[in-house]
Amino acid sequence: MTMNTGTAAIEVEGLRKLYGSKVAVDDVSFTVAEGEIFGLLGRNGAGKSTTVDCVVGLSVPDQGRIRVAGLDPRRDRDEVRHLLGVQLQESELPDKLTVAEAMRLYASFYRHPADIDKLLALLDLSEKRNTRYRRLSGGQKQRLSVALALIGRPRIAILDELTTGLDPVARRDAWQLIDDIRNTGVTIMLITHLMTEAERLCDRVAIMRDGQIVALGTPAALGRPTLEDAFVALTDRRQR
Amino acid sequence: MKLLTLTEARLLLREPLALFWGLVFPMVLLAIMGLSATSIGGVSLVAIYEPIVIAFVSVAFGVQGIPVQVAGYRERRVLRRLATTPAGPARVIGAQLIVSLAVILIATAGVVAVGRLGFGVPLPRQPAGFALVAVLSATAMVALGLLIGAFAPTARSAGVAATVLFFPLMYFAGLWTPQMSATARHIGQFTPLGATVQALGDTMAGTWPHPAALVVLGVCTIACAGGAVRFFRWT
Repeated sequence: MTMNTGTAAIEVEGLRKLYGSKVAVDDVSFTVAEGEIFGLLGRNGAGKSTTVDCVVGLSVPDQGRIRVAGLDPRRDRDEVRHLLGVQLQESELPDKLTVAEAMRLYASFYRHPADIDKLLALLDLSEKRNTRYRRLSGGQKQRLSVALALIGRPRIAILDELTTGLDPVARRDAWQLIDDIRNTGVTIMLITHLMTEAERLCDRVAIMRDGQIVALGTPAALGRPTLEDAFVALTDRRQR
Repeated sequence: MKLLTLTEARLLLREPLALFWGLVFPMVLLAIMGLSATSIGGVSLVAIYEPIVIAFVSVAFGVQGIPVQVAGYRERRVLRRLATTPAGPARVIGAQLIVSLAVILIATAGVVAVGRLGFGVPLPRQPAGFALVAVLSATAMVALGLLIGAFAPTARSAGVAATVLFFPLMYFAGLWTPQMSATARHIGQFTPLGATVQALGDTMAGTWPHPAALVVLGVCTIACAGGAVRFFRWT
């Protein structure tokens, strides 16, 4: 993927966000090109989720400029919500809601929803369609949250800790799925701390530490000898 | 919005405990009063208890039901997730309020039916006034429930707050002492459920509810709903 594919899907420029007197994100800038898989990496507390919250319009930046497909996530909130599909960390559903009911409900929020049966088949949830949320396994819950992120046919999908809690086989399946989704033209922003995942999937990654981006580029260019080594070198205070 | 409301209704139907407590238990309670066949001051116990049981219904679904649901949705990040969709988080709360109001009114009609068909309690002689008071007491308790839900950080703390409120609310409704002292009655008429029970009693006897009772319920509704909207914590 090249960077010059028309309008940027996501533009973040000089983003700064404070929680009280603590600086959560400080002068963060990056651009996600249309059709790209972009990885946001960093240890816990590095500012990844705060950045995502600002991009999806859940938090108001203290400084900086954010554009999603050229739109302001706060000012053009309604339009941005139609364009974005979001999978949030630790977000759950009511225990007694079934898979199919959740899909139909979320489909009703969007103008041109995807086909529920096809999406469930894609995420290997067809047999669970009448199962209540509480009875799903961790991997099934995770796949359902991805399905709900895609139900509105988003142009841009933001997936936070997509494969956390998945076993190795399920993780490989999820990776294949991300590839498939990208091939339908969806831009993907992936938040992860799994280096193998970033190496396998991402066209470019940004590594965050203490609220700042400390490295930005292709996994191959950053990873010497592997991305994980580069990541540890950049983010582990003991080695600095 | 229609599907959201339908979904919330469906979820409530899957909560047998909540339905028992708010729907079945009040009717059973009324039936027990009816079977005892005693009367106080010439009025049968079942007729005295009918307004009290109706007040109980609005507490069960309004004050005890709503805060736990709302705080649970916040705690489990359901509201946060909805905030990233075009629907937004406010509509699911709206759907819960609609469903709660509806089920309170259905349960109220059920209680009246049990009283009439099972024990010959006459239907309210001032039906319009009765309906008005029933609706206002439902909105007052639903709004109070929303106010608790607006603040409570977890479903657990919401449940505790609701239980603590249950006792004074129902005390002034007369659940334990239908024959209250003059002082208790006097204080009670300024509490939402004390006002409800006295006004429902008035309309059953055929007089229009005292304006003070309607004011108490209206003020409770507006103040609680206003406070909830003003201070609601979405995350």
